[in-house]
Amino acid sequence: MASPNTAKTIRVAPVTRIEGHAGFEIMLDDSGNVVDARMAIMTLRGFEKFVVGRPVEEVRDIVNRICGICPWNHHLASCKAADGCLGITPPPAGRKLRELCHMLAFIPDKILHFYFLAAPDFVLGPDADYSVRNVVGVVGAAPDLAKQVVHMRYKVQMALEKFAGKVIHPIAAVPGGYSRPMLEEERKELLAVVKEALDFSVFSLNFAKENVFPKYLDVINTVGVFPSGYLGTVRPSDGALEFHDGELRMMDQNGNYEQFKYHEYQDYIAEHVEPWTYLKFPYMKKAGKISLDETNPVGVYRVNCLARINVCDKMATPLAQKELEIFRSAFGRPAHQTLLYNYARLIELIQCCERAEELLNDPEITSREVRHQKIEPRAGEGVGCLEAPRGTLIHHYKTDDNGLVTMANLVVATGHNNAGMNLGVKQAAKALIKDGKYDQGVLNTIEMTIRAYDP
Amino acid sequence: MVTIAEEWLNSCSGCEIAILNIGDVLVDLLPQLEFVHIPVLIDKKYYGQTGENKELDIPEAVVGIVSGGVRNSEHLEVLKKMRERCQILIALGTCATDGGIPALGNMYSLQEIKDFMYRESPTTVPGPDPDYKTYHIPEAFETVTALDEHVKVDIKLPGCPPHPDWITAAVLALLDGKTELNLPERSVCDTCPTIRKSKKSAGDLKRILECPEFDPEKPVDDMRCLLEQGFMCLGPVTRAGCSGMTGTAPRCIATRVPCRGCYGPVKDGALPIVDYVGALSTVGYDPRKMVDRRGFLCRFSGAHSVLKKIG
Ligand code: SF4
Ligand code: SF4
Ligand code: SF4
Repeated sequence: MASPNTAKTIRVAPVTRIEGHAGFEIMLDDSGNVVDARMAIMTLRGFEKFVVGRPVEEVRDIVNRICGICPWNHHLASCKAADGCLGITPPPAGRKLRELCHMLAFIPDKILHFYFLAAPDFVLGPDADYSVRNVVGVVGAAPDLAKQVVHMRYKVQMALEKFAGKVIHPIAAVPGGYSRPMLEEERKELLAVVKEALDFSVFSLNFAKENVFPKYLDVINTVGVFPSGYLGTVRPSDGALEFHDGELRMMDQNGNYEQFKYHEYQDYIAEHVEPWTYLKFPYMKKAGKISLDETNPVGVYRVNCLARINVCDKMATPLAQKELEIFRSAFGRPAHQTLLYNYARLIELIQCCERAEELLNDPEITSREVRHQKIEPRAGEGVGCLEAPRGTLIHHYKTDDNGLVTMANLVVATGHNNAGMNLGVKQAAKALIKDGKYDQGVLNTIEMTIRAYDP
Repeated sequence: MVTIAEEWLNSCSGCEIAILNIGDVLVDLLPQLEFVHIPVLIDKKYYGQTGENKELDIPEAVVGIVSGGVRNSEHLEVLKKMRERCQILIALGTCATDGGIPALGNMYSLQEIKDFMYRESPTTVPGPDPDYKTYHIPEAFETVTALDEHVKVDIKLPGCPPHPDWITAAVLALLDGKTELNLPERSVCDTCPTIRKSKKSAGDLKRILECPEFDPEKPVDDMRCLLEQGFMCLGPVTRAGCSGMTGTAPRCIATRVPCRGCYGPVKDGALPIVDYVGALSTVGYDPRKMVDRRGFLCRFSGAHSVLKKIG
């Protein structure tokens, strides 16, 4: 992996407190300054290939295994793509139940990310010893809060599991709708849990704004800061941030954007291949190329919460909107600081709780009409798209006459952010390592620029 | 106090989330457990904290828990190191015990997978395959394999993911000094409350493009068996346990969706692909009419050369 003028390579593996399998390398020259840095993804699983030949309605139960933290998003994106192939639209209640599950799955995920994966760096400090810089350390430092966090995350997970049967690797959504209607007592139970989660998310954001972010403003403004484009989903009617069904918006680094429909994604996104990682690099097709130069990146865009908050005109719910206004007056639009992902994540958590509450208060949510009774297999094509916690998810399938998959193209969140993560590592390494001096605290601070996305 | 090292190989992290989903009980157990290595939660690095070591290292522990199957050279290296450093090795989840979903990849050659990924996908500008010989990335293997194809495994906990009850049971047994855990060798059907009449209802095998018959207001024990309704429910050839120790209905069935076999074969060495033919015949369906038979019957158990052998 060496460049010609590399005298020493620092190899950090695995990247920890993230969801996947990555490592990074920092190349130093003779005088100990950074010449280059790269993050590599270690595995190739081949989902796109091995769903070929499977009945399209079965793919939703296969691709949920792409990720155990966000299985719902793959499950639902797959159902949407299958709907397209089969030429059907789910009845409104089926669509709403899917969106509700989507929101309910977001809540524990965001709690998990913020408190378990990211918080140790902020609560204990990025240079605390590695052996205590983890959730157990957080339990030691703030035991009451930690108990509340574990409990809240668990409660929402279990409430969703009770309704949907399986929370990790769900089976409940089906092409053409949702597997069964929601009963009134289930609605009431879920509503109570969601109200509690909303209180908890407002508490979490206030807690972070008072106790966490101010302490690290310097780090936020110096580490992992570089201009890039952003991609996210908005509601077509008013540009509000949307998670489940809308249009895509691609913003350049100056804040100008284009908006397009899911099936047009190939006009806007191309993927570049490098021999030193298994993960491809999606980039803005209109830029004509991708350049991983952190001072002048070309074609690079990012996804996930900060990207969504940058591209949208407003939040879709009132409490979240108030928080967006505070955020924008402090950091502007678009904000390019990678560590602000942690802030944006909590604003989104509030919208998810508020939206779940809206859906549960919608009388239609308990309708019996949740799926089509019988769908004929056919040849077709569908693009299923939505926002996963880690960013925009695109599932694109084609089927034959028997409804078996003939082609599947998946552009997933970690891919969209591959370039961003690489640039973050490079920028942070260059800012923090001088004259060959570094320690585990410095390396961990660099790692925080990867962790912010939770790849 | 028991020391634990945890690793994930070709894993999706769902097994790790299942560990967290032990929930409040986990918090109570924490004082008796010491996690010395678990990449999802702890920053212990393979090559030293500042990357100075040449060789991959994992600390010693009494219990080693490994999720995911083996897909590349790094997985194998980590697995061997875990075996060397841990007294008791647990294979957590169906990927680790039987290959799981990623082993569906065994239906294609590695080169076919790479060709699509790096050259044929509609959004990809064609490029070279990843080059493990020149760069610090692992060598991708031709097939996905289960852990026991490489090392001795002491305890197997299947499930995709395993129900937290079984993980808790294993941990409690280990704290108690026991070194094995006998899981039930029963089928999902044995725990399923649906109504069975031992004959098929009208019509042919159905795909879930059709809705089964049931009354949503009534409990699941009021619903006719999904297999007898014509849906390819894999309950007869799948190990029981997905609803934990509470004895409630199998999870998919409770949601009115047929079982897809995520707990793997009923017992070690069983072959769902052969046994299911019998189950279908019993209720009078023609197994040859199944669409994508291999893809259904090996969905979670494509390791142990099952998929390649049957061809
Ligand atoms: S067994 Fe299932 S949950 Fe566990 S790693 Fe494999 S796919 Fe993920
Ligand atoms: S075949 Fe399926 S529905 Fe029928 S008894 Fe077995 S698990 Fe239950
Ligand atoms: S019913 Fe079958 S597929 Fe569903 S969770 Fe249970 S074992 Fe897994």
